[in-house]
Amino acid sequence: MPTVGLFVTCVVDQIVPQVGMAAVRLLEAAGCTVEFPAEQTCCGQPACNAGEPEAAAVLARHWIDVFGGYDAIVGPSGSCVAMVHHWYPRLLGGAERERARELAARTFELTSFLADELATLELGARLDATVTVHDSCHGLRNLGVRDAGRRLLEAAGATLVEMSEPETCCGFGGTFSLDHPEIAAPLADAKLTDAAQTEARWLASSDAACLLHLEGRRRRTGAGPEPIHTARLLAAGLER
Amino acid sequence: MSHRVVTPGATVAARASAAIADDQLQAALGNLRTRLFTARAVATSTPGLKDSAAALRRETLADLPAWLDRAEAKLRELGVVVHRAATPADARRVILDIARHEEATLAVKSKSMATEEIDLVDALEAAGVEAVETDLGEYIVQVAGERPSHMITPAIHKTLGQIAHTLETRADGEQLPVEHEAITAWARAHLRRRFLAGDLGITGANFLAADTGTIVLVTNEGNADLCTIVPRVQIAVVPVEKVIARFADLPTLLPLLTRSATGQRISNYLTMITGPRRAGEIDGPETLHVVLLDHGRTRLLGTPYEDMLACIRCGACLNVCPVFRKISGHAYDAVYSGPMGKVLTPLLSEDGTEGRELPFASSLCGACTEACPVEIPLADLLVRLRADLRRAGPIVPIVMDELPEREPVHERLPGEGFDSPAADAPLLSPGAPRSAHRSVFRAWARAWSSPRGYRSSTGFARAGARLVPGGWTGARVPVLRAWTSSRDAPLPAPRSFRERWATRDVDPW
Repeated sequence: MPTVGLFVTCVVDQIVPQVGMAAVRLLEAAGCTVEFPAEQTCCGQPACNAGEPEAAAVLARHWIDVFGGYDAIVGPSGSCVAMVHHWYPRLLGGAERERARELAARTFELTSFLADELATLELGARLDATVTVHDSCHGLRNLGVRDAGRRLLEAAGATLVEMSEPETCCGFGGTFSLDHPEIAAPLADAKLTDAAQTEARWLASSDAACLLHLEGRRRRTGAGPEPIHTARLLAAGLER
Repeated sequence: MSHRVVTPGATVAARASAAIADDQLQAALGNLRTRLFTARAVATSTPGLKDSAAALRRETLADLPAWLDRAEAKLRELGVVVHRAATPADARRVILDIARHEEATLAVKSKSMATEEIDLVDALEAAGVEAVETDLGEYIVQVAGERPSHMITPAIHKTLGQIAHTLETRADGEQLPVEHEAITAWARAHLRRRFLAGDLGITGANFLAADTGTIVLVTNEGNADLCTIVPRVQIAVVPVEKVIARFADLPTLLPLLTRSATGQRISNYLTMITGPRRAGEIDGPETLHVVLLDHGRTRLLGTPYEDMLACIRCGACLNVCPVFRKISGHAYDAVYSGPMGKVLTPLLSEDGTEGRELPFASSLCGACTEACPVEIPLADLLVRLRADLRRAGPIVPIVMDELPEREPVHERLPGEGFDSPAADAPLLSPGAPRSAHRSVFRAWARAWSSPRGYRSSTGFARAGARLVPGGWTGARVPVLRAWTSSRDAPLPAPRSFRERWATRDVDPW
């Protein structure tokens, strides 16, 4: 089993470290050795999406320096991994672009790394819960991760209930949710209402930032099941 | 602009708020939901068709001036009068000259976004020529004094009740039942009289085949047939990117357009016009004019924005866009709305003042890119535009020195793909000017490109967060207000991941 460089992401590091801990436990349950390169900071996506590619490139180069030595890099966020996959090669030119491409090929979103790359659905996790899965956009559309989280949850015994629009954006969108809260909030409401109709206990996704947006809105309106990262649900079902 | 303002507000945010608070609008927008699934079904069910169509569109874009010359030569050979219009003002001037020369009094129009782009109806009416939209949706918004809110379903923002009420103003005191078929029957009879009286037929074009000079129009109401059969004179306003290489490409492009637009395998009516009426023919225009409209388009060739010219105006990106489905077309305050409108509006703006906010009003979810039948990377172009719009003035896209070598599409197998300039141009462009926004991001990136800078800045935030119990806050203090205006905000955790990692504290709860 490989040694994995954990790309924990700044949001998880600073706001929901539990997701990072869950990722460590799942990777170790799958037999991996996990290392955490402590020089890592942020992938630069906020700058890229805000129209500041120059600043984004500064952080991209730092990221490439930090993770360049790993054979496998795994992050619990489809969006941050998509930044590496989709945007690093578009952000940078020349030799840096080639390097970014090489590294992107070794960088994986957590659920897809477990379910597809390692083909390890059985992690020893046991869950007795109904779950509805929100497909976070960048993992879905930039990485093509569609059902890895669902397969892991099902293998752990969870009952999955689908929303009518699991693939519709929750309205977070990074800087968008600060530039346009008037649109972001009703989109969160639509997602939470859709999830409520499934009567699931949990609203799971593989992107911590989307979940914070949904949870922040839910704390205002009281609507919908509790948003939670797929990794936390799975890790909670592991033997202690 | 003489159009009635449907969603008022000086900014996208203000108009979006007005649209979201409009219960009738929100009820009407529910009708878009079926189209959501149509667009997604197309995106996933016809991969071969998509790739072929996408490659065909790039084939003409790779050498658009030459294909235009070829199309123009063929049109002239057929006896068509061809005009080139660099700007909307040029196009209006050409068309008004024709109307004056022909002493036209009534123009009947089929649906055309290009004529919206050049504000043709207003220009004709100001010149004393009555102009009637004959697509039912367009007619409804014309009577209401509005702009179309959606390029395929122009009146999608109205409920049936609002439509009946709007059309009653033209019904000589007759009350129209709030019922689809009755309203349609009334409009049909009413518009039929206008068709028969029209002396000028105005259309757009869905495609213009360069090899045969054929103008192709897709409708579900047959109104383009009537606009091109009855009047003595026809004018087709054709944006330059509508040129396709071969008539034989239509079996690929047409079904993709109609499936993406409405889910239909083919539209109810297909109008094809190859030259004006010939000796012995019983119908068709005696004189046929084609106005080739540039309006900033050829400026995009060879730049990363060239892909945008592949657009076939199917509306699929609008139908799948979560933002469009919430705020509707008028909140964009532009001719083109939805994801493609967010890209195209600032690119077509001559003085660089229009649509500058639009690319930022996107969650970048990528549903548009996924739905686009001709594989335009819309979400990527939005990100690129954001970077370019941080500079003042009109967008001056970088022209790429080395465009990928492109071979003719018909020499490839279907699905072999195409070269997209957007994917090849690095997002970083040298010499971007400084601004306050840029300085903030540069300072942040510099600080966070060292672990020490990262730790000290986040440690500061964490120390502040420790003063607030519970991990969440709703406080509308300045630094948080953009978030807390509508959501509680999460605070930094008491211990970061890296602190917990150091002590192997692995409890995921």
